[in-house]
Amino acid sequence: MTFGIVYIALLMLLLLAGIWTVMTLNLLKSAIGLAITSAILSLLLFLMAAPLAGVFELSVCAGLITVVFISAISLTKPLTGTEARARDHSRVKRFILLPVIIVAVAWGLYVMHPHLDLPLPAADVERDVRQVFWNIRRIDLVGQILVILAGVFGVVILFKDHPDTKGEIPRTPDAGRRTTDKDRPDTKEGTPA
Amino acid sequence: MMAYTQALFSAGIIFTVLLAVAALYCLLFSRNLIRILIGLELLTKSVTLLIALAGHITGHMALAQTMIITLIVIEVVVIAVAAGIVIGAQRHNQSLDVRMLRNLKG
Repeated sequence: MTFGIVYIALLMLLLLAGIWTVMTLNLLKSAIGLAITSAILSLLLFLMAAPLAGVFELSVCAGLITVVFISAISLTKPLTGTEARARDHSRVKRFILLPVIIVAVAWGLYVMHPHLDLPLPAADVERDVRQVFWNIRRIDLVGQILVILAGVFGVVILFKDHPDTKGEIPRTPDAGRRTTDKDRPDTKEGTPA
Repeated sequence: MMAYTQALFSAGIIFTVLLAVAALYCLLFSRNLIRILIGLELLTKSVTLLIALAGHITGHMALAQTMIITLIVIEVVVIAVAAGIVIGAQRHNQSLDVRMLRNLKG
């Protein structure tokens, strides 16, 4: 009984944190809301006897991904006051329908009352996650290594310096300047006097 | 007792659907690139919860945990690369608005 109450309470908290993450106007608060959602999800995973997944969720999703988001937010230029006010006004108009849609979908699911004909737990199932991870799902590890390598190379290529931004001194004063319409002789501004 | 357990996990699946609806709404109606990534992340949370529920109901929790761990690894890599792309787009366009991304030709 206690399990059910805690479980439902955590599910409600998870949904509320998710809706707050989507609806809040501040981007930083949105990233923090995502971290709170991850933390609640990790509590749910602990409750459902998945401690290893819960630890991963808590450390990687609530920790590392939040750091990545906050770094990305701090590396980008913030909006000015006028832009932010215009953005807030437009965003409130676009997202005011979300709670209504959530309530409508919840009501629809409650009325339909989907009967889930779920199978009972198998009699002889694997219990040790290490055995499954290292023996049965071994090919997943290869996939994970490849995905991590792809991500590393992707980030390296994305942040690679271009040759013209390395601080090289141009040989002539005009060598590093980009061509504009003024340099073209056929344009009005570039026509020599 | 079994009916009580099934009712609990039916409720779990309903909450998962509602979280996915919120995430899809964020993905569809957001114009900020970082907020779109946050929507994607929320959608992944609902999928994680669904896998955990399926594992718990069927008794294959170890298999569900390995799948969740694989999902988390993929999620981190996708978010890291996408955050790099967002920062590059912001430097190039001076904006995070998806409507400003009009220079993908050529």
